[in-house]
Amino acid sequence: MGGLQKKKYERGSATNYITRNRARKKLMLSLPDFRRLCILKGIYPHEPKHKKKVNKGSTAPRTFYLLKDIRFLLHEPIVSKFREYKIFVRKLRRAYGKTEWSAVERLKENKPAYKLDHIVKERYPTFIDALRDIDDALCMGFLFSTFARTGKCHVQTIQLCRRLTVEWMNYVIASRALRKVFLSIKGIYYQAEVMGQLITWLVPYQFSHDHPTDVDYRVMATFTELYTTLLGFVNFRLYQSLNLVYPPKLDSKAESELKEDDEEDYAMNSESYTEKLSALSSSLARVVSSEEEEDAKLDEFPDEGEDMEKMEAREKEQKQLETQKKIFEGLKFFINREVPRESLAFVIRCFGGQVSWDKSVCIGSTYDVTDETITHQIVDRPNVDKQYMNRYYIQPQWVYDCVNAKIRLPVEDYFLGVNLPPHLSPFVEEKEGDYVPPEKLKIMALQRGEKLAQQDEEEEEEEEEEEDENEEEEDDEEEAEEKNLKKMEEQRSQGKSLQVKVTPGKVKVENPARLEQEEKAEEKRLAIMMMKKKEKYLYDKIMFGKKRKVREVNKLAAKRKAHDDAEKAKKKKARK
Amino acid sequence: MSELLRCLQFGVKCLFAPQLFNLNNKSLEEDDDLSDSEESVYSGLQDSGSDSDEEEEKGGSDDEDEQDQNEKVLIPLADKLTYGKNDIRNTVGNIPMEWYKDFPHVGYDLDGKKIFKPIRNKDELDDFLEKMENPDYWKTVHDKKTASDIVLSDEQIELVNRLQKGQFGDVNFNEYEPTVEFFSNDVMIHPVTNRPADKRSFIPSLIEKEKVSKLVHAIKMGWIKPRRVQDDSRGRFYDLWANEDSSILAKHKMHLPAPKIPLPGHEESYNPPPEFMFTDEEKALWEQQDPSDRKLPFIPKKYPSLRQVPAFSRFIHERFERCLDLYLCPRQRKMRVNVNPEDLIPKLPKPKDLQPFPTTQALVYRGHSGLVRSISVSPSGQWLVSGSDDGSVRLWEVCSSRCVKTVPVGGAVKSVAWNLNPSLCLVAVAVGSAVLVLSPALADKQVVSSSERLLSAQQEEGPSEGSQPVVWSETEREELNQGIRLKIQHPKAVHQVTWHSKGDYLASVMPDHSSHLQVFIHQLSRRRSQNPFRRNKGLVQAVSFHPIRPYFFVATQRSVRIYNLVKQEMTKKLQANSKWISSIAVHSGGFIFCFDVFVYTDWFGFFLAIRHHKKAVRSVAYHRGYPLFASASDDGSVIVCHGTVYNDLLQNPLIVPVKVLRGHVITHDLGVLDVTFHPTQPWVFSSGADATIRLFT
Repeated sequence: MGGLQKKKYERGSATNYITRNRARKKLMLSLPDFRRLCILKGIYPHEPKHKKKVNKGSTAPRTFYLLKDIRFLLHEPIVSKFREYKIFVRKLRRAYGKTEWSAVERLKENKPAYKLDHIVKERYPTFIDALRDIDDALCMGFLFSTFARTGKCHVQTIQLCRRLTVEWMNYVIASRALRKVFLSIKGIYYQAEVMGQLITWLVPYQFSHDHPTDVDYRVMATFTELYTTLLGFVNFRLYQSLNLVYPPKLDSKAESELKEDDEEDYAMNSESYTEKLSALSSSLARVVSSEEEEDAKLDEFPDEGEDMEKMEAREKEQKQLETQKKIFEGLKFFINREVPRESLAFVIRCFGGQVSWDKSVCIGSTYDVTDETITHQIVDRPNVDKQYMNRYYIQPQWVYDCVNAKIRLPVEDYFLGVNLPPHLSPFVEEKEGDYVPPEKLKIMALQRGEKLAQQDEEEEEEEEEEEDENEEEEDDEEEAEEKNLKKMEEQRSQGKSLQVKVTPGKVKVENPARLEQEEKAEEKRLAIMMMKKKEKYLYDKIMFGKKRKVREVNKLAAKRKAHDDAEKAKKKKARK
Repeated sequence: MSELLRCLQFGVKCLFAPQLFNLNNKSLEEDDDLSDSEESVYSGLQDSGSDSDEEEEKGGSDDEDEQDQNEKVLIPLADKLTYGKNDIRNTVGNIPMEWYKDFPHVGYDLDGKKIFKPIRNKDELDDFLEKMENPDYWKTVHDKKTASDIVLSDEQIELVNRLQKGQFGDVNFNEYEPTVEFFSNDVMIHPVTNRPADKRSFIPSLIEKEKVSKLVHAIKMGWIKPRRVQDDSRGRFYDLWANEDSSILAKHKMHLPAPKIPLPGHEESYNPPPEFMFTDEEKALWEQQDPSDRKLPFIPKKYPSLRQVPAFSRFIHERFERCLDLYLCPRQRKMRVNVNPEDLIPKLPKPKDLQPFPTTQALVYRGHSGLVRSISVSPSGQWLVSGSDDGSVRLWEVCSSRCVKTVPVGGAVKSVAWNLNPSLCLVAVAVGSAVLVLSPALADKQVVSSSERLLSAQQEEGPSEGSQPVVWSETEREELNQGIRLKIQHPKAVHQVTWHSKGDYLASVMPDHSSHLQVFIHQLSRRRSQNPFRRNKGLVQAVSFHPIRPYFFVATQRSVRIYNLVKQEMTKKLQANSKWISSIAVHSGGFIFCFDVFVYTDWFGFFLAIRHHKKAVRSVAYHRGYPLFASASDDGSVIVCHGTVYNDLLQNPLIVPVKVLRGHVITHDLGVLDVTFHPTQPWVFSSGADATIRLFT
């Protein structure tokens, strides 16, 4: 019989994958360039199902890419740009070496540059795709915009990041898209709903960065390159959707209001406009000057009975959202200088409040401390020297908690020098059986419109305590009975002389419901015995996870209880 | 005069050589002022002696061209100062004067006459005297050329002093005269130089022409690219998604978008609820753990106010790690198993529907003081026999839990077995290396007499073969009174006895690795024992007769063999995958054996290994009438299972555990040791290590 001998690793999965080094050679790129290309094009390695087969029998750890992906990269115009750049660098170095300054000049003028527009379009064929993936872009943009303008990366990049993030924030303000804010120890998380997509981003606190040495800034810069392009196009489209001018312009009315004599104190003339934009205190100019936006009311499609409930729920949600959007409407805030201005201004403006700050803090303040119409002043210091009668002095957490609770919370808990209630994460959605902190329960009650009278609560607590005690007593009785029984049995089992005594028996009350329950539980136990090995394993795993969850919840509850008890004891001591 | 020159040249020159000529220059001017016009002096000199002058200058100075002029200037000065009428100037030139050492003269004057040395040379003494006497001695210079002394005038001395100080010789010379700017930015009416322009300045340059033509050629050939127009479209944004076409979407089917960063929980808050803070133990644990094992990548912290929150030190790190994840991590779609655990539980018929089966503990039989190894129920179901480690066999009435009889046998009882034949009333007991046959006399007379007959019938035959390893013997008085009728002595310790259903045969087991004498089958009626196996096939653990068919089951440690007693051959061999088969029970429909924690059933040809118990299974039992079987384990529980056989052959028989019976107390890690069913009722007896026997009904 003839026929060629089948060779190993020439068919199947071995030919579908390519190692990184071979891919690099195929593309004729250096490793950093290859890395950049992968980042820009969004190519990631693949984990083959049978690694050994793909690795041609070797077990050495290797990164594999899909051959298709690499073929796709072959036709990328950016690759030739990379090569051009490489040549440019070589020529430039040579010119420097020969001290031919005119050549250096000429080369620098002809520095090859590339655009990433087509890559963005290719990676995100629809606008919604782009929006879905914009989280990382925003995080990176906000991080880079806080970098010092020295070292680490190009000043232009930092400026561009700043510009784009300010544009983004202005858009969120204009569209009132912000939904949740969270002050974490890492930074401030914001979540906005843009075109039905939930977008979350993290902004670091305003401090200078301690640049770590073990971070490759080239990788970060490449990502930023792509992200700035993406963010720019997204911003453009978003501005267009709201009929806003892009690049953003201040409203003419607002601009005239903001006009001040001592503008030069803050920034150079060329920069003062962008500074004003980034102050976030005034609205933007629109292409169509129609101020009134008429929200198209949703048409109601009367459906079958099942969907009615859903519809109602949706309507309710819509209503809640509407109220949330307007929680700060009509309020006038003043931000003290020790408070993070940008974040608060952003949040307050997103929910319709007016905001201003001291003139010396930043450009763009619209009114003074002395303004009598200010309703809330946000202060983050133990006390204030001069207090005005007709305004609340509150700590910044109030603003964030209000946003997350979707209602205006009572201000009493947030007054100056008061111990703040815990700040909860709005991103946690408790399912059944999860641990819910008591503060959250309180807020939920407030949302439902229940008023909590504190005194009642305390009384209730005391009552509860008594009840608890009673229950404990009952338990004790039962336990004692059981103990007696046990003792008797032991005595009997040891064969000691029985004290023959007839005691009037007690009628055991049989709880039919409990009996039934027990029976069911036993049935279940027996059925579990008959499970197949595989299913048993899965079942055990699931049950283990469930039990662990319960354990964790119990642990948290116990911790909380211990803490509360300690607090109460402290209070009592103080009272005495 | 030349003396002065010499003085200047030899004494001073070496120090102030550069100044010397300047000095001469200046002194000239000074002199001019002092005396007549320059012209006269110059002309006079020139006239007087041009040749000799030249010569002398050459001889006196080793400097260059300029010197000519200087000398010319100097001579008139010297002339004026010293040379009077008698101008004696030596014409020998600049030669070492030692050459004239032997001559009376030192050279020639201008007229060519010899200049004679002074007649008497000054010696040291003269010099000294002169030094002492002559007040002008300090300013006297000896001129070797003319061999005469010259006294310097005051002006000359001052000049020397000034030169020595590094000053200009001329007192009136102004060193800091204002400069005259010839080349200034002012346009003058006169040119600085009046040179006519070169021709090359108005003829086009050939070299440049060549260079230009080269550049032009390079541009034509495209070697030099014209300066690029600044492309400002970078960073200019437009509506990229103006015309979205869904055709590209097809390409992206395979694309997996990166998962989003998990959202933060309460513990990440700057002011978390107190229960989310770490206790000291948790904190210590967190610090010990490897970063990859930690549940939270940070320690929760609480700050009393927002202004005290510091920067997060790992912010850039985390961002960078996210970047790495995005471009380095392989992505995979993983389906999360979302199974309701309730669905996994098999749907079994309700135990209620499978009644009757024992459900509750009805009676406890107390009396033994050691662990009860074995129990057995009489075929009538009225009596129960139990053997214990305390060295006694007890007979109980089942219904009243009364101990009817206690038979001390003088050793730990390993096994007891009630004769299965209802027309006999006999009990076999394994104690040490002996098997005792008891006649408890707990039946109606007919039965007792029939059993007596069986036992006595053997007497006639008696032991015939002396070489047998097994010795049959009648019991003595005392034991006879107790009811022990026969004693079958074995070579080794007997572990188990079991009856054939007809009641005439009795099998005993002596587990032993080394010999083939492990199983004996005894025939009571003929008092005969025989060893059915010729070879050792492993340590025998248990044996059993089939209740109806002529089968014999032998369980070794690893396997169960089934022998056909009629055909004298092995019919079946079952291999278990574990050691320690501990017990076997046989039913007309199947059999069951247990090893380790598993119970292996063969229910009408349906094999099933069940793992119900958490600890080793000690014993298994079948019910003779009901489809029930029970297993007893060291975990102190007895599990009763119900087996159903369907008429439809395609459906597997179903085995359902119906009840877990608890009651025995675990002592010394031993729970329930033996289990057996009541022959007619759905009751189960169990004996445990806690020295009790329990009845579950």
